[in-house]
Amino acid sequence: MDGLDALKGKYLEGIAGAADEAALEDLRLAALGKKGEISLKMRELGGMDPVLRQSTGAALNVLKDEIDAALRAKKAALGDAALDERLRSEWLDVTLPGRPRRQGTIHPVSQVMAELTAIFADMGFAVAEGPQVESDWYNFDALNIPPEHPARQEHDTFFMNRAEGDNRPPHVLRTHTSPVQIRAMTEQGAPIRVIAPGRVYRMDMDQTHTPMFHQVEGLAIDRDISMANLKWVLEEFCRAFFEVPSVELRFRASHFPFTEPSAEVDIRCSWEGGQLKIGEGVGWLEILGSGMVHPKVLAAAGVDPTEWQGFAFGMGIDRIAMLKYGIPDLRAFFESDLRWLRHYGFAALDMPDLAGGLSR
Amino acid sequence: MKFTLSWLKDHLDTEAKLEDLLYALTDLGLEVEGVENPEKTLGAFRTCRVIEAQPHPNADRLRLCRVETWPNGPEAASEEVQVVCGAPNARTGLVGVFAPVGTHVPGTGVDLKPGVIRGVESNGMLCSERELMLSDDHDGIIDLPEDTPLGVRLIDLRGLNDPMIDVKVTPNRPDALGIRGIARDLAARGLGVLKPLEITPVAGGFASPVSVTIDAALKAKGCPLFAGRVIRGVKNGPSPDWLQTRLRAIGLRPISALVDITNYFTFALNRPLHVFDVAKLAGGLRIHAAEGGETLQALDGKTYTLRAGQMLISDDRAPQSLAGIMGGELSGCTEETTDVFLESAFWDPITIAATGRALKINSDARYRFERGVDPAFTLPGLELATQMVLDLCGGEASEVVVDGAVPDTARAYRLDPARVVSLVGMDIPEDEQRRTLEALGFTLDGDMASVPSWRPDVLGEADLIEEIARVASLSLLQGKPLPRREAGVPKPILTPLQVREQTARRMLASLGYNECVTYSFIDSEAATLFGGGSDAVRVENPISSEMTHLRPDLLPGLLRAAARNQARGFADMALCEIGPAFHGGEPGEQHLQATGLLVGASAPRDAFGSRRPVDLYDAKADVEAVLAAIGAPARMQITRKVASWWHPGRSGVIGLGPNVLASFGEVHPRILQAMDVKGPAVAFTVMVANVPLPKVKTPTRPALKLADLQAVERDFAFVVDKGVEALTLVNAAQGADKALIESVRVFDQFGGEKAEAQMGAGKKSLAITVRLQPTEKTLTDKDIEAVSAKIVDKVAKATGGTLR
Repeated sequence: MDGLDALKGKYLEGIAGAADEAALEDLRLAALGKKGEISLKMRELGGMDPVLRQSTGAALNVLKDEIDAALRAKKAALGDAALDERLRSEWLDVTLPGRPRRQGTIHPVSQVMAELTAIFADMGFAVAEGPQVESDWYNFDALNIPPEHPARQEHDTFFMNRAEGDNRPPHVLRTHTSPVQIRAMTEQGAPIRVIAPGRVYRMDMDQTHTPMFHQVEGLAIDRDISMANLKWVLEEFCRAFFEVPSVELRFRASHFPFTEPSAEVDIRCSWEGGQLKIGEGVGWLEILGSGMVHPKVLAAAGVDPTEWQGFAFGMGIDRIAMLKYGIPDLRAFFESDLRWLRHYGFAALDMPDLAGGLSR
Repeated sequence: MKFTLSWLKDHLDTEAKLEDLLYALTDLGLEVEGVENPEKTLGAFRTCRVIEAQPHPNADRLRLCRVETWPNGPEAASEEVQVVCGAPNARTGLVGVFAPVGTHVPGTGVDLKPGVIRGVESNGMLCSERELMLSDDHDGIIDLPEDTPLGVRLIDLRGLNDPMIDVKVTPNRPDALGIRGIARDLAARGLGVLKPLEITPVAGGFASPVSVTIDAALKAKGCPLFAGRVIRGVKNGPSPDWLQTRLRAIGLRPISALVDITNYFTFALNRPLHVFDVAKLAGGLRIHAAEGGETLQALDGKTYTLRAGQMLISDDRAPQSLAGIMGGELSGCTEETTDVFLESAFWDPITIAATGRALKINSDARYRFERGVDPAFTLPGLELATQMVLDLCGGEASEVVVDGAVPDTARAYRLDPARVVSLVGMDIPEDEQRRTLEALGFTLDGDMASVPSWRPDVLGEADLIEEIARVASLSLLQGKPLPRREAGVPKPILTPLQVREQTARRMLASLGYNECVTYSFIDSEAATLFGGGSDAVRVENPISSEMTHLRPDLLPGLLRAAARNQARGFADMALCEIGPAFHGGEPGEQHLQATGLLVGASAPRDAFGSRRPVDLYDAKADVEAVLAAIGAPARMQITRKVASWWHPGRSGVIGLGPNVLASFGEVHPRILQAMDVKGPAVAFTVMVANVPLPKVKTPTRPALKLADLQAVERDFAFVVDKGVEALTLVNAAQGADKALIESVRVFDQFGGEKAEAQMGAGKKSLAITVRLQPTEKTLTDKDIEAVSAKIVDKVAKATGGTLR
């Protein structure tokens, strides 16, 4: 048995001093390989008497397990050391920027249209659309603006060219989204609730006007809709859109040919240090025009005015976008200056919804 | 519409405060756009006396004045103030106007401070008229008569204490273009009582030497009523101070008593008048339609040539007045006028509007006649004006000459008080509704309301409701919830196309594009380059030469935007727009496009060499992503039938049969040059509505089939002619065994000189990987060989290619 202790001492010492995996493998073969010292000793067991065989066999097995465990432990240790060594050489500059990725943006007009849609959808308004080249009937006559009405002159209308021999009145670039009222009612009848956002055109270009801008029309027709309902809808809209706890609106009598009674709507606000705050203060800001749809307009769209009544309103989308997001200049909306688009634009994932809030 | 408070009070008996009147005006629909209150601007200036004026010790041109002032009014004690004054007329004993320290001087915009001028204290100022913006006179300081009361406010002394109010009158309210109409609204609101307008006809002393006739054709429409009379022996000097002051206050220049009277009636009573100098007329006046070609020099000094049908007033010789719009220079009144013909007529609004617009004349008369003056007031107005001429200019009036008659505008509408409440949503008692209408001049007979002659805009029941609502005050309206039409969770409201538009937009932004909104109209050159620019899409009255045609495509707008950004120093960009393009000039001839444009490099320079010029395949990847996002099918055809603005060899059209879904590729170099864009530039346009909608809409997905058997991938490299398109090869391989082949993908392309050296001139290599997915049994080598042979065969047949 003394031989086994010597063997143990020799191999454990060898394993502890092995420099690499190859040396370890040599040691493994020398001890446990087919012709290894321990294997040979195992083979000798067959010739022993049973008592001696039992004790020697047990001792050999213990020794074999011990050496095997030492080999494994050393191998793991060598592996760890090698990995540590490799990791020491592997170093990257984590302060370098990541691979470039473009950041796209959504235009404020599109974003605000999506906000409007989310709010009005909740109140049961669908989204209606209409052509931007309009016949003069849809843009004016059907809206109770006959040809010589002074209101026509106030619209600064763009007219389309009329071919010689074509004696129809020239088409116009729609001056407001109101013709969509007529189209929507003609198609769907009453009751109806729609908004109609879109491009409109007026021949006006200066500090605060562009020849194209965006409006949203609202229309709700039913059997007993009143101007008080209109006020509530606008209050709810403004509160939700401007994301303030409450708003105060003031209706001021006015005149639009297609509504009666008509009202301009002001919203309470303050301007402190050039910062607009909606819902507080002593100032009033005109934000939209509205009223009860004129019976002639209902009739023009094939809706019986003795049976149906309701309201309509029209609001500048660019304007409310400017107010909400503090964008100073209307003209910049259409200049596509990358600096502007990146600064005032919205991320693709900024999808306005009422559950998560309209803006981040 | 401008007026002064004192002028308003001619018609309205009121004690209301100015602020209350202003609030009520805006609330009633007569929006106050401006107020000038002399009390605020000139209230601090009072009369004073120069006790002694001596030469300034240190300046030849300046004078040192001891001034007696009354800072607290003439009743209180006076104070002596030392003032240095440079005016030549500053002298001992002068009665002038003093501004104490702290006063804002409107003419100079300066707030007065105590000062030291050339070593001498000066505390205040002796003012000139220009410094108070009363006139241009700056020759010296104001020099008042010696008996002028001292210490009184200049505004009281001169009758200037009269706030001027400017209201915006909407086109439906011609009656409010006269101060009396405004007074009537305020009275209805309860801010005073409308004073009666007493009209005493002036008896004519002789027959009018000027006769009037309206041509029969115009009597029915054009000029239903024309009245007038001669007043002889008048003296037409300057009008009295009170009248001049009023006219000046509202921005009119006093001319002479006769002309000032006509302006006075225009503004006070919305009754435009005209005065002819009888000495310059030949025979009677005839109201007729122009034959065309007549010319007339009008009072604005310009000569107008008339078109057939426009209305004229002519005497026996020549046209004398552009009827209802502007009088003629020839028969205008001057200081020498002694006999005057005073005209009061009623003109048809539409005819006046058309003529005024055609001749481009904006006069106070046109403005009123085209909106509608009170026809019933034509003759009473003439009587009142006659009296005023007699009062201010003397003379003797003739009998009135009239042709035509007051048109019958009588009409009545039913007042339904319940409907008023239902429509407005305000509880306005019936009594109040009736009182309001009566206060506005309606007469009620049972439930029928007759419309006053001065309200041409009231044409139905709805107009009665509007009148009641605005007088009741819409600012008192309380919001009332609009119930949902159906209880429960709201249904989706967007159409599939609307959803798709939003999806395309969000997809583009997530691909890194900056969304633009560019104008719908572009210049003719750009429109023509992109297949548009015809007369059908031309704007008749463009606002600039850059905005003459509706855009046929969104790409030119984005290219122009790119050029502008390049000029600002941005070389690389990804721009997109989703919006309408116009294929015709009729309503509805527009279609929705989603367009992306990549210019310059794919990325900024970085440490990894990511930067490379953008190319066709960037555009293709993005167009495919957009198409997939909006529900285009996985397999579509790609052709080369591209429009002229694409690079002919580096662009394609994605379609389903004849249905074009998108175009993509490099923008034609000539287009880039024409639009001043430095390339490379690649782009794509998706025809959003052309993508077919799913036939069946269900949220259920088809069941997922997962094969249990191992898939096998095999690579093939083919040598083909260099013009062979990858898709042809892929489709051929795919067709070799539709059941077994799950996918075919190109993984390598080897072309160019090196490739041709290896494989022969005009050749290239395309390598594909084919994934085989067995479903019934594991593939044997034999199976794989069989399908491989079929693939090689199919590819050879389709492309002439051979296995490399």
